[in-house]
Amino acid sequence: MSAAAVRILAAGPQVTIQDEGRDGHLQAGVTPAGPMDPLAFLLATRLAGSGPRAGAIEVSAGGLTIAAEGAPLGLAIAGGQFKVVHEGRPMPGAVLLTLRPGETLSIRSGEAGSWCYVAFAGRIALPAVLGSVATHTRSGLGGLAGRALRAGDLVPIGPSGGAGPETARIVDASPARDGREPDGTLIRVVPGPQDDYFAPDQMAAFLGTPWRLSARSDRMAYLMEGPALRHLKGFNIVSDGIPLGAIQVPGDGQPMVLMADRQPTGGYPKIATVIRADIGRLAQTRPGGTVRFRAVTVAAAVEAWRIALAAIAAAGTVPLVRTDLSSEHLLAHNLVSGVTHGDEDASAGERA
Amino acid sequence: MTAGGEVAGAAAGDAPLSSPMIRDAGEMALVVEFGDTVDPAIHDLVLMLEAALADAEIAGVRELVPTFRSLMIHYDPLAVPRDALARAAIGLSGAVASTRPAGRTWTLPCCYEAGHGEDLAAIAEDCRHRRGRGGALHLGAVYRIYMYGFAPGHCYLGGLAAALAISRRATPRPPHQPGAVMIGGGMALVTTMAMPTGWWVIGRTPERMFSIARTPETFAAVGDRLRFEAVGRDEFDRLEARAATGEIVARREPAR
Repeated sequence: MSAAAVRILAAGPQVTIQDEGRDGHLQAGVTPAGPMDPLAFLLATRLAGSGPRAGAIEVSAGGLTIAAEGAPLGLAIAGGQFKVVHEGRPMPGAVLLTLRPGETLSIRSGEAGSWCYVAFAGRIALPAVLGSVATHTRSGLGGLAGRALRAGDLVPIGPSGGAGPETARIVDASPARDGREPDGTLIRVVPGPQDDYFAPDQMAAFLGTPWRLSARSDRMAYLMEGPALRHLKGFNIVSDGIPLGAIQVPGDGQPMVLMADRQPTGGYPKIATVIRADIGRLAQTRPGGTVRFRAVTVAAAVEAWRIALAAIAAAGTVPLVRTDLSSEHLLAHNLVSGVTHGDEDASAGERA
Repeated sequence: MTAGGEVAGAAAGDAPLSSPMIRDAGEMALVVEFGDTVDPAIHDLVLMLEAALADAEIAGVRELVPTFRSLMIHYDPLAVPRDALARAAIGLSGAVASTRPAGRTWTLPCCYEAGHGEDLAAIAEDCRHRRGRGGALHLGAVYRIYMYGFAPGHCYLGGLAAALAISRRATPRPPHQPGAVMIGGGMALVTTMAMPTGWWVIGRTPERMFSIARTPETFAAVGDRLRFEAVGRDEFDRLEARAATGEIVARREPAR
């Protein structure tokens, strides 16, 4: 049997190969990159069976169409609520299936969400750069030649062992991660490290404002539009480190949340940091969507991540028989049972 | 604002602080801040804490990132509690020696001639020195590597002559070449990849400050010293060809 590979038939902008990220090289100025929605990525790679180090294709709202070559590809799709079509048949947005050689699979922007993950039963068999296949297009590191995927590309997939999975819907009881909450996506933050650059009324404005997500947002930064925040002592600080989710407030007073492709250091005051459990939900918010921030303690943030990981570990699959499939496009709107808002699970530790 | 009860008593100020301020950058990173200015003494404290934490090998510490005035500790809060890590950082800050052993010194070739020192004429006007003097002023100093940041191998240097302390551009200039040596805001910077910038390009080095073919990817460490050596265009081209094969063309000065 020849080696399995994914042929890219069509890819929108910013469709990239990602793994958990290129950790360990921040000190040399190397951005980790990694998935925009870490929990959806973990879910897809867990259910595909290969684990997070194997990597996945991150699909943007621009969509992706692929075909299998060489051998059947077991794969799992999760993240947002995308429209998935396998050989002309609508599938659930979160699904496990086998793509046989010559079959095509298309993933398009759907009801909600901005990022979706396609993980395979075998690992993405590209050479690791500094220990990772995560793509960082700005520095040209990782993935396929350091760039986004495009039509014609061939992505080799390592052996998986075993037959490909039967088609199954992924059932995931995680708090909603699709950026579709009715009154704006609620994002929890830990104030600081430079919250002392803002007077109390400005911190209150930051937490009380419904922010609109700018269309200029990308894998590097999500830009917020709203009333300008004022700085207490200027907007230049001596550069320091930038973690995932840092919220910089530059001179124009419009907060920007630094995402997976962020620079490792920066010189604007950071009013707060988005907690890890909510980074994916923020990432899934669409341009024009509304985001609200709520302050929580470090302890509450850690507890939220623990709960989110437990939900991923508990996610399972329900087999789909052929007769189910014709109505899947209707069911696709209602896949997640027991949806809760992310703010309910750790409310004891919150502070206003 | 800090969470939990573990807050250092000292406030940020101009003087180096032996007891640093601990700040939370979310639940995955701590900032250990020794001051809020660019100062070799503050930077030494940052680097000494970095070395002490690396030696301590605390489970759950994922990455240490030294910057001008603070150390960012990336950690896994499921493996090490925040307060325990903050206590360890404060304890180790107090225990470090008062002086840091001298780092290495590197001499980096730099071409200031036409085609490489693109903005020298523009800064001569702003800095009110004779045109062509910018290169000499830049050459005369010994720099300290304060951090790598912004992009792989982008190397931030302190020690720039006061006469070259020009503010950054109001609007960015078109992309510079890889290896551009730039100044702005009282700092100098050696770059590795082309990008638009608000800094001023005064020269270009044939050296690659970063290469994924090396371990570590950067040959010069944060805390090392750097001086520049002027080379003409022909010599630049020769060194460029050697650097393209992976050779390090910067020279390490013998320890004194």
